[in-house]
Amino acid sequence: MDFQPPIINLLIVAPLLITMGAGLFLMLLNIFCKRDGVYYWLTLAAIAAALVQNVAMWGHEYGTFIARGSYPMVVSDNFSVFLNSILLLSGIGTLLISRNYLHRTKLERPEFYMLMLFSLSGMMMMGMANDLILVFVALELLSIPLYIMAGLAVSRDDSKESAMKYFLLGAFSSGIFVYGIALIYGATGATALPAVYAVLEAGSPLAMAGTAFLMVGFAFKIGAVPFHMWTPDVYEGAPTVVTAFMSVGAKVAGFAALLRVFTVALPAMSDAWMGALALIAALTLIIGNVVALMQTNIKRMLGYSSIAHAGYLLIGVAAAGQHSEAVGSVLLYMLAYLFTTMGAFGVVIALEHKLGEGIMLEDYKGLAKRNPWLSAAMLVFMLSLTGVPPTGGFSGKFYIFRSAVEANLWWLAIIAIMTSVVSGYYYLRVVFYMYMFDGDRTEPVYAGTALKTGLLIALVGTLWLGFFPAGWFELAYKAVIGTTQLLAGG
Amino acid sequence: MGNSFVFMLLAVIAVGSAIGMLVSRDAVHSALFLVLNFITIAVFYVVLNAPFLAMVQVTVYAGAIMVLFMFVIMLLGAERLRGMWGDRPSELVFAAFLGFLLVVTFLIALVMEGKTAVSANMIDSSPVALGLRLFEGYVFPFEVVGILLLSAMVGVVILTISNKRGKNV
Amino acid sequence: MTPGQIAIRALIVGFSVSMVMVTGFAYTTLLERKLLARLQHRIGPNRAGYIPLPGKNGGERRLIKGFLQPGADAVKLFLKEDQTPAGVDRFVYNLAPMLAVIPAILILAVIPWAGEITIFGAHFAPYFAIAPGLDVAVLYMLSITSIGVYGVVLAGWASNSKYAILGGIRASAQMISYELAMGMSILIPVMLADSLDLGVIVSQQSGYWYALHIPAAAVFLLAVMAELQRLPFDLVEAEQELSSGFNVEYGGMRFGMFFMAEYMKMVIFSAIAATLFFGGYRGPFVDQLPGLGFFYLFLKIVAGLCMLIWIRASFPRLRYDQLMAFGWKRLLPIAVLNFIIVAVVIVLQQEGIIF
Repeated sequence: MDFQPPIINLLIVAPLLITMGAGLFLMLLNIFCKRDGVYYWLTLAAIAAALVQNVAMWGHEYGTFIARGSYPMVVSDNFSVFLNSILLLSGIGTLLISRNYLHRTKLERPEFYMLMLFSLSGMMMMGMANDLILVFVALELLSIPLYIMAGLAVSRDDSKESAMKYFLLGAFSSGIFVYGIALIYGATGATALPAVYAVLEAGSPLAMAGTAFLMVGFAFKIGAVPFHMWTPDVYEGAPTVVTAFMSVGAKVAGFAALLRVFTVALPAMSDAWMGALALIAALTLIIGNVVALMQTNIKRMLGYSSIAHAGYLLIGVAAAGQHSEAVGSVLLYMLAYLFTTMGAFGVVIALEHKLGEGIMLEDYKGLAKRNPWLSAAMLVFMLSLTGVPPTGGFSGKFYIFRSAVEANLWWLAIIAIMTSVVSGYYYLRVVFYMYMFDGDRTEPVYAGTALKTGLLIALVGTLWLGFFPAGWFELAYKAVIGTTQLLAGG
Repeated sequence: MGNSFVFMLLAVIAVGSAIGMLVSRDAVHSALFLVLNFITIAVFYVVLNAPFLAMVQVTVYAGAIMVLFMFVIMLLGAERLRGMWGDRPSELVFAAFLGFLLVVTFLIALVMEGKTAVSANMIDSSPVALGLRLFEGYVFPFEVVGILLLSAMVGVVILTISNKRGKNV
Repeated sequence: MTPGQIAIRALIVGFSVSMVMVTGFAYTTLLERKLLARLQHRIGPNRAGYIPLPGKNGGERRLIKGFLQPGADAVKLFLKEDQTPAGVDRFVYNLAPMLAVIPAILILAVIPWAGEITIFGAHFAPYFAIAPGLDVAVLYMLSITSIGVYGVVLAGWASNSKYAILGGIRASAQMISYELAMGMSILIPVMLADSLDLGVIVSQQSGYWYALHIPAAAVFLLAVMAELQRLPFDLVEAEQELSSGFNVEYGGMRFGMFFMAEYMKMVIFSAIAATLFFGGYRGPFVDQLPGLGFFYLFLKIVAGLCMLIWIRASFPRLRYDQLMAFGWKRLLPIAVLNFIIVAVVIVLQQEGIIF
């Protein structure tokens, strides 16, 4: 046997290479350059460059790293481009809202940017991976830097606790995930997603067990019930910028891989996983929303809220088992979730005057008087998280519910609508605190230029999605077609 | 026939050492059981015609990871657990139930399918074949794992170094 | 040959080789004591036995005084009271010496002792070893070396003594650290011979010894010394600091087993070094007379041992932080760099760009 190099087109993985390469470059730069600003701008530039390259790939379907007689290891289609854009935007958003925060909490260090870039490349890889092995590697590449980033505030016990919890449970779920891959390999003799699709027969018990294990792994990453236990603690303990980053990035990446793996490789099992996902979605919605009612810490509240949003997204995924159009609604929802969550965390960061202080609901009392613009922005984000028109949250939910109904998941849609109503209570409580109370807080509100820019982008995004969702939906809908055509081609 | 005898013997050792690891209340004994388990599994790989994997298994798991494990156990001094069943017996029962379910699933799979899609004889697992596979089909994940390990290493360094810094600040 | 025959042959060869090794290690101790004494201008053990030869003028020449010293030592170790300190983990305490010896014996399996040869009517091909033709032999060697740490770690932990545990932790940290550099340097012969089979590596050295790749050989030598915990890397048993390190609580034959493991490893690593870098059993006329292979390898092993002893006599002990810094900051980068250069050069040669 002689070595036969695979067909490689590096342009396709260029967004990944840019982020990873920038991370490595920062690492080397660390030896020579001690000025933090340099790292910030370089990271921003790298992410922007990756974004440009990523958007340039819209409308095409590529595969790369094709070894002889096998399927491409990495693929790029509209689906992955759309998701990568969301992820890169979340990276930019995190950077914008973190500028001042990292500085005043003394957390700013080159490694933060480096780890963020590595994690970001792992997240993007999740949506581009066409092989279960690569999905796993990407999962780890996204997780391990996040574990570390969660523990970055080493002097604080809750940060350490958060990192430890996230790491232990994450490692455990990764183990289960690998076991799932092994079982599917045992059932089909393949790890490439199209190859699994080609071989898999419905009702194979080994593959069924494998599918269940994969689902556990993904459910952990996206924080779905009953694998959500880590979420509130980790969200609360981690530095808020890290929380913001992982609440969007890790979740979107988890859904990206979930969608690709389940719709490309495992449609033969769709009866089984649709039901299971619908059940998980219902549980997630109920538990996430109900427990969020009792939270007084805003980061914890947003943690439970992110669990609840995973539930809404899961409805879309479950519906995608029946008709692929539902994937579009998931993507649109993710976009809305990105803007809204980033914005909400931006406001939280502005109010967190010291590491881990100023994040209780109490601290929001009278914010409307102290800083009307900030509280107005928070109002919009909270309305969007609730799903009140005309915000992005409403559009997202609207399309998700529609696809649920089209997939005959009536009961799920009803649960979702009811829990949305419930969620109004705890989201609007923040608004209530801001506008109806007179506060006695005197701590400064840290809203620097970068943070303001970030909030503005988030605000515009949220409202734009709310007022004109149709164009965005069309875009997201196109992102779906790509996936399914590639499926047929594979 | 000889092969199945070897298999049964190994299976008994592997399962026994796994149970021993769980039941043992002494962390060092648990770790030793785990080492035994890893080595048994390495022998499994040899029997399954995958000597390369066996050697890597011994080197990486038994030789590197478990030694570091031992280190941690010894340096932390958290060596003993109290009670046979841990702090929450109910969880143990639940876990046992889930494990039982898994075993049942595998039994069903065994009965329904009889064999899996892959078997040891199908695969050429010589070092040359493995290397080719790694650098033809899996070159991208292979390289990415490098980044992954690097980021883990960076994490270790910054978490421990800032630990020292934290005391000064 | 049927698998059964292969197994029986491996058993016979394995048994005889290990027996030779178990007795041979004893004479390694004598060699060390005598040679070390000479280097330090002493006489060394000279009481227990000698080889009588007729001398000049009808007198008697006494060759190798102290010839029976290893036997005397063995008797002493066996007869000594075998005491167990209080409060030890008995199971692990008893297990540790075994775990030290067993890996040392296991490595023997892959070392080629001679080329293709017929002994007592049995034909050994492609070369004479317990497990000839194993295509992962180098990895086997590395993996067995890596589990050799357990004996030391567990002995240190189980002894319930501060000196012992400090020695054990030092030892294992040292062994793990230097294993990396060693693995990297072993890869050079592997790449040059394009095989993980030790027999192939030896036969590929018919042209020139791989020791000519001086950085690789030097790194290997240094790493081996650290792996063996020999001076100047013997912090594990630094007498002034730790009395005698991980084995301080052991006595009698249990201590003897650690002793045995140490000297057997010396012999084995000399054999490995000879195999990987110094042409193994190859030498002049070995193709015509395969039996010479045993002799050549023996010579090379003795040379290796002498060098280890010489180094021990010449250099002072390092400090612990120096040891770690040397391993991680000097040896490993050199090994990696060397690895990269050799790899690139090999590829360029294959592509015909340079010769």
